[in-house]
Amino acid sequence: MSIDLQRTPGQGREPAIQVRGLHKSFQELQVLRGVDFDVAPGSVFALLGSNGAGKTTVVRILSTLLRSDAGAATVNGFDVAAQAGKVRASISLTGQFAAVDEVLSGRENLVLVARLRRQREPGRVADDLLARFALTDAANRRVATYSGGMRRRLDLAMSLVGKPPVIFLDEPTIGLDPQARLEVWQAVRELAGQGTTVLLTTQYLDEAEQLADRIAVLHEGRIIANGTLAELRRLFPPATVEYVEKQPSLEDIFLAIVGGGDTAVPTASTAPVRAAKDPR
Amino acid sequence: MTGNFLSDTTALTQRSLRHIGRSPDTIITTAITPIALMLLFVYVFGGAVEAGSDNYVNYLLPGILLITVASGISYTAYRLFLDMKGGIFERFQSMPIARSAVLWAHVLTSLVANLISLVVVVLVALAMGFRSGAGVLAWLAVAGIMLLFTLALTWLAVIPGLTATSVEGASAFSYPLIFLPFISSAFVPTESMPGPVRAFAENQPATSIVDTVRGLLAQQQVGVDLWIALAWCVGLLTVAYVVARSVYHRKVR
Repeated sequence: MSIDLQRTPGQGREPAIQVRGLHKSFQELQVLRGVDFDVAPGSVFALLGSNGAGKTTVVRILSTLLRSDAGAATVNGFDVAAQAGKVRASISLTGQFAAVDEVLSGRENLVLVARLRRQREPGRVADDLLARFALTDAANRRVATYSGGMRRRLDLAMSLVGKPPVIFLDEPTIGLDPQARLEVWQAVRELAGQGTTVLLTTQYLDEAEQLADRIAVLHEGRIIANGTLAELRRLFPPATVEYVEKQPSLEDIFLAIVGGGDTAVPTASTAPVRAAKDPR
Repeated sequence: MTGNFLSDTTALTQRSLRHIGRSPDTIITTAITPIALMLLFVYVFGGAVEAGSDNYVNYLLPGILLITVASGISYTAYRLFLDMKGGIFERFQSMPIARSAVLWAHVLTSLVANLISLVVVVLVALAMGFRSGAGVLAWLAVAGIMLLFTLALTWLAVIPGLTATSVEGASAFSYPLIFLPFISSAFVPTESMPGPVRAFAENQPATSIVDTVRGLLAQQQVGVDLWIALAWCVGLLTVAYVVARSVYHRKVR
């Protein structure tokens, strides 16, 4: 069953990314079984799914690294199979599997990408981006010495060189600590604010919720839901409030023991389901 | 597209040369095995070897140079493998750059790195008593043959670099190449070997290359050996290049 909420009124422009009937198998394993979606220009689109759902395969096909078995996809109006060169000129790829060079410094990484993207002043482009991503102090240090958050910021900065209209972020915050994660989110919001189309894959629900204009859920090789957060919420029955027993947290116990709280020992307080599913 | 190819290859070659500049140990370790072999053969076995030459270092050096290249190119496979594994390769492939620039950058870097290792080995040989009265032309010919040999082995190294599934696998292919000169005229004349071994030794590439380089450095006529050596190098280069390209195109679509 596929729930298509694709048609949002008032969207006259051609989609920045258009995917139709994408199939891909690796030997026996069917990874994609007919994926369809559109991404409007200048929007942030999240492809949400668990590990192995096929998110990365979609991104690899769209970024011309992999051929699909069947189906068609266009990026910035160019066919990913027939016009791979033009697609590559329109995109940049960041995240899980697109790495930075650890032996080079942050600045050298940016200069390299700027030269490969034929920027007229690679050094200036690099310095501007270093400043924008708060990496100026670390500019001349080897990337191997960077923290996870700095590395991901550099990675994002590298994908902005040459201002490609479409950016793919594959699991941009996987393995980051909460602080670094917020930094990356901030950077993605800035990108979107400048009119760049962002396709983001993530397995974190809150990440999609925080960043995306539209969210598509990829499950077992198909898009099983696609819409704005509000639309997706409407797919579910109205919220019912259930009450379940909540075990006292260590904090509750601590407060009870030291007698600091204004309540008695909360042996069995109640909380909505969502809280109970998130034991602390 | 040609303009792209040149500027992309230049940018990417500078990148890998920086890698070498920042881990010069790769050049040192490349040179150390051949230097150790040279010391061993000259000062330990040298007295017992009947090479028909009063200066055994002179006799030995050409084979040592081949061993230097054979151990040096394993780093090309290694670096290429790391690029593939680490994901930087995919970043480059998703960018609007000339398709083959990524490979050529590694190949050119290999030429530079091996050249430096070769120079180091020749300098050590000089300190150990290597002497040659060869003129500029003969030295240029030696350099040309070594360049061709390095290029051929480098393209050969690209294949495991692209296909290996582990670091060990990426560099292990070079071990047989390092041993090839041992069963050749590199250390002892082939006449001293028993029949089948001698037949193998005289008809494998290392012997013709060693004999050619030795002849050039000793200011002798090289004759047919030169053409056999060139044929081996060009043949190997062509096969390795074609296979490496087809493996690459299967990898990057």
